[in-house]
Amino acid sequence: MFMLDPVLARHLNPLVGGLFLLVTFGLIATRQVLAAVRIFILQSLLLSFSAALLGLVNNSFHLYAVAVITVATKVLLIPLFLRGRLGADMHARREVTLSVGIPSSLLAALALTGFAYVIMEPLVQSADTDIIVNASVGTAVLLIGAYAIVVRREALPQLMALLAMENGAFFAGISIAPDLPMIAELAAAFDVVIIVVVLGLLTKKIDERVGHTTVGDLDELKEG
Amino acid sequence: MIQKIGFNVLQVITVMLLAPLLKGILNRWKERLQSKRGPSIFQTYFDIWKLFHKDQVFPETSTWIFRITPYIVFAAPIFVTLLIPVLTSYPLFFAFMGDMVGGGFVLALAGFFATLAAVDTSNPYGAMGASRTRMVSFLAEPVFMMVFFTVAFVAGSTIPYIVQQYWVESLSNFFEPSHVLIIVAFFMLIIAETGSIPVDNPSGHFELAMIDESKSLEYSGSGAALMKWAGSMKLFVLLSIFCNVLVSPWGLASGQSFGEVLIAVPLVFCKLLAVVTLLVIVESSFSKLRLFRISEFLSVAFIISIAAVLTKLLEL
Repeated sequence: MFMLDPVLARHLNPLVGGLFLLVTFGLIATRQVLAAVRIFILQSLLLSFSAALLGLVNNSFHLYAVAVITVATKVLLIPLFLRGRLGADMHARREVTLSVGIPSSLLAALALTGFAYVIMEPLVQSADTDIIVNASVGTAVLLIGAYAIVVRREALPQLMALLAMENGAFFAGISIAPDLPMIAELAAAFDVVIIVVVLGLLTKKIDERVGHTTVGDLDELKEG
Repeated sequence: MIQKIGFNVLQVITVMLLAPLLKGILNRWKERLQSKRGPSIFQTYFDIWKLFHKDQVFPETSTWIFRITPYIVFAAPIFVTLLIPVLTSYPLFFAFMGDMVGGGFVLALAGFFATLAAVDTSNPYGAMGASRTRMVSFLAEPVFMMVFFTVAFVAGSTIPYIVQQYWVESLSNFFEPSHVLIIVAFFMLIIAETGSIPVDNPSGHFELAMIDESKSLEYSGSGAALMKWAGSMKLFVLLSIFCNVLVSPWGLASGQSFGEVLIAVPLVFCKLLAVVTLLVIVESSFSKLRLFRISEFLSVAFIISIAAVLTKLLEL
């Protein structure tokens, strides 16, 4: 398809891994919802690049399918849905409330990255470089996404962090199991869309009921 | 040896003569991108020429520090030029006199004197700008350090001529995640150090909002000319460290002949123009950050540079 050979693809994959991690730091550093959505789109594009490159390396049709499915669902479908459903909330040019400041969050993200590398090290010790890169970066992104969910106090940024987590899990998964049947990939991709739909509707409902989506403030039960 | 000294001198002359042009092109393109006509690309030369023909006025309260500062600020980028590869990919005569940390120190010395001079004028805007510049640079310092540490760790040396060879040794070195992360971190550093838009607005005329500019407000005549010229040389030097050392040494002369080194001048300038294009796009698509958001901007750069060393450290 492209003028790429597996050797070059193997060289390019760590680059994509580095950018993937970089973009995830960007997710921690942004304050606006729209920026978080754009970062998610970029992250998904990088995920599909990595899947295509690994598909080339492993000569696996399934990974090409992952690349196509990722572009279709995460780059096109989910952002379009969010724009349609939560347009006003998404385009609000206000700053998201954070419970931890951005510089300290970034330090935490860094510590999580180091932690991910340390815990993955015994697992991938004798593996190829692309497995080391993808598994470690993927785990790091997973942890950073979880941290972002904790720190963000609004529904939509939390959803973006959840999706980033999911991207991280996929990023690690495509290197470890290059021959995962396509049906599993399809099911996972479909799941993500369903999650977004459900959470999108939930957010909409919260917005209608409470008037805002700062779920961090909803910490008291109201009787009667 | 004479020849290498000659190339070194040629390098300095290149930086001195082409730096205002680079600055002029940067300003012109920025205005063009914002649908304005923009000044001529030679405007910086005209400004420097005009200022050299004007009289100097010194504030009454100022001391010798104010008078000596333009020369120090002007000399610092020239010294750094001697240490870094601008035109050739092999070390020249002065290359081993200092490493990248040494170059950083020389540039920091210029910044130190500029700060002293700004306070020396007893103009309140000068002292305010000076303290802001200090704030930006003490936040930028750790990033500088981490970038140098990473480079030293990855390439096994802090001499820029040796570092640049490492990236092109094999293709996988070039595509290492740490390489990409270093490039991004250093680019953010260039933005902070040259006072470009997310951090500072170089074309602003409002003293209260100035960071970098207000330090040299009191200079006139040849002092102002030297400060302006030095500013454009600093940009040139930082961009050539970025292009030639951190990104890749493509386009540098590898042969010893004079002709080859001369051909390297336009090639290197084209490379710098590519980075200038990037800088123009960044400057036109972001708005200036609030003063206390600058720490966030630079902490992102810091984290990226640490991530660079981390990915390298834990990968092998």
